[in-house]
Amino acid sequence: MSKLLSKLPYEVQTEPVYPLSVLSPEGEVVNPDLLPNLSDDQLKEIMYRMVFTRTWDERAVNLGRQGRLGFYAPVSGQEASMIGSEYALNKEDFVCPGYRDMPQIVWHGLPLYQAFLYSRGHQHGGQIPEGVNVLMPQIIIGAQILHATGVAMAFKKKNEKRVAITYTGDGGSSEGDFYEGLNFAGAYKLPVIYCVQNNGYAITTPYAKQTAAPSIAHKAIAAGIKGVQVDGMDVLAVYKAVSEAAERGRNGEGATLIELITYRFRPHSLADDATKYRTKDEESEWMEKDPLIRFGKFLEKKGLWTEEDTNRVKEEAKAAVNDNIKKAEATEKMTVSGLIDSMFEHTPAHLEEQKADFQ
Amino acid sequence: MAQMNMLEAIRDAMRVEMKRDTNVVAFGEDVGKVGGVFRVTEGLQEEFGEDRVFDTPLAESAIAGMAVGMGIQGFRPVAEIQFVGFIYEALDQMFVQAARMRYRSGGRYNSPIVFRTPFGGGVKAAELHTDSLEGLAIQTPGIKVIVPSNPYDAKGLMISAIRDNDPVFFMEHLNLYRAFRAEVPEGEYTIEIGKANVVREGKDVTIIAYGLMVHTAVKAAEELEKQGVSAEVIDLRTLLPLDIDTIVASIKKTNRAIVVQEAQKTSGAAAEIITQINEKAILHLEAPVLRVAGPDTVYPFAQIEDAWLPTQARIIAAVNKVREF
Repeated sequence: MSKLLSKLPYEVQTEPVYPLSVLSPEGEVVNPDLLPNLSDDQLKEIMYRMVFTRTWDERAVNLGRQGRLGFYAPVSGQEASMIGSEYALNKEDFVCPGYRDMPQIVWHGLPLYQAFLYSRGHQHGGQIPEGVNVLMPQIIIGAQILHATGVAMAFKKKNEKRVAITYTGDGGSSEGDFYEGLNFAGAYKLPVIYCVQNNGYAITTPYAKQTAAPSIAHKAIAAGIKGVQVDGMDVLAVYKAVSEAAERGRNGEGATLIELITYRFRPHSLADDATKYRTKDEESEWMEKDPLIRFGKFLEKKGLWTEEDTNRVKEEAKAAVNDNIKKAEATEKMTVSGLIDSMFEHTPAHLEEQKADFQ
Repeated sequence: MAQMNMLEAIRDAMRVEMKRDTNVVAFGEDVGKVGGVFRVTEGLQEEFGEDRVFDTPLAESAIAGMAVGMGIQGFRPVAEIQFVGFIYEALDQMFVQAARMRYRSGGRYNSPIVFRTPFGGGVKAAELHTDSLEGLAIQTPGIKVIVPSNPYDAKGLMISAIRDNDPVFFMEHLNLYRAFRAEVPEGEYTIEIGKANVVREGKDVTIIAYGLMVHTAVKAAEELEKQGVSAEVIDLRTLLPLDIDTIVASIKKTNRAIVVQEAQKTSGAAAEIITQINEKAILHLEAPVLRVAGPDTVYPFAQIEDAWLPTQARIIAAVNKVREF
């Protein structure tokens, strides 16, 4: 017996992981059996959202430079990860975003002008409408991971067939809250999806300096949850992985960590200069993997999309951005006394008194 | 009426609310099967099931963060942080994420959470078990801070805290858990959050205290009585919101006051109380308001704990100082 035992492995083994992909960069289906079951209309809707979001991002960067938006984290390059993952959810599912994840919560139901208000530092930006199942973007890296874990705990306790999804980046996967959240989800077998959009940089710190783990997806092993790695520039692969994770969550099979390998084409924020830490070669290499081009080619081959469609959506998006920024700018300014009244359900006497200094 | 010690009274409050509202859940490290390291939640898992009273993995930030997530989905979590010093691990989730939920969402979401924690000195515990960290909490916008001094108040305040739609930091002095029994009514009753209690009437000086220090203050007042000094003792019960009206009413009568706290002297609850007295009652004062507090050191090793904590003698000395000013 002891001889037998001594032959058992006592060193933890890990196998390498390779990103799930459905489409080649040329838009060819490379894994037909992984192709998600989506109708032509659904495929076109995904493309519509990606093109819309790209244009919105371009416009938002300009608005930021004009001083018409405040803090804004650009999203170009990450559309497949953002749009594909949100599209795989039901409206009842709950989204806990990080600061860059505005597209997911807008496509999940937050009106665009409120996204602009959030960026402009107006409280109404976070006043999520009833029936829209999202939190406002989180600034503390990784804090939202625990909120999604708690939301999933609530769904499980109420026996609701809903999942919580949360997003962070490669940097976020180094936070204590990340490990604590995954561990809780494993221990309680919670219906939650942890998406890590690994875009290679935590502001300027490269992924190579972030972790010695074989991959971020591997971090699921320690928590006893499922971990998958996905080509985050391939919207169909992202959709496939998130739909499966959502189904597992709804079926009581627990949580999934999804590492989405992606790239942000623009700097971290409008105050960042990416040329200080990224090479032009690297950037152009990733530009060739542009998720819009890849998916666009796939749709063109199927006869579902043309350049005119792209131009039409761009115009629509520009008009929508214009209307919504105007609406945001026309929204009544906040007041300090209004802010005071938003601290507690019933404003206590000392805060009531402090209003007098601001009238 | 039942006789209960403070931990039984807190447990009774949780039981009453868990019966009344199925959204009330309790969790934390060791909270489930054995009822926590002090047994505050003992028997609750048996009564309400593992679904509502449960152990968590050992991670304070996740305990508090999970409470935030459950809170926005209709639950009313009573989350235990096993010892007060462990809140440092959970400060972002407690003092930022829970405390700012209503503000960030313009009232769309809120955090109806009670963060319970034992605190307070005099029991020769390990480091970071007995600090008084209420000062951190009262400087945090968006969270209420309650520190009961007896079983009756503890139950009524805990029921109010659980029903409150904003986060509450509920600090339970561990030297009071089993210190004495008192009459506690059966069933539900509430004590308003933000209302102090004059526990001893007097006319010469006001002693303002909370938690265990209320009892030390009362003993000092009894001693002072023998010396012909009539001291009024106010038990604050809640540090945020602070019941400044009760304090001012007392000072209008006594014209002299001291504040007693276990916490380090600088920038704590006492400092804030004295500032508010300055703003609202300075013309009624015959002497500066003094603080009896711990020195500005790390909470001490057990060997000198008793010397470090405010004593009856130091309270009497401070009273004499303001009287002789």
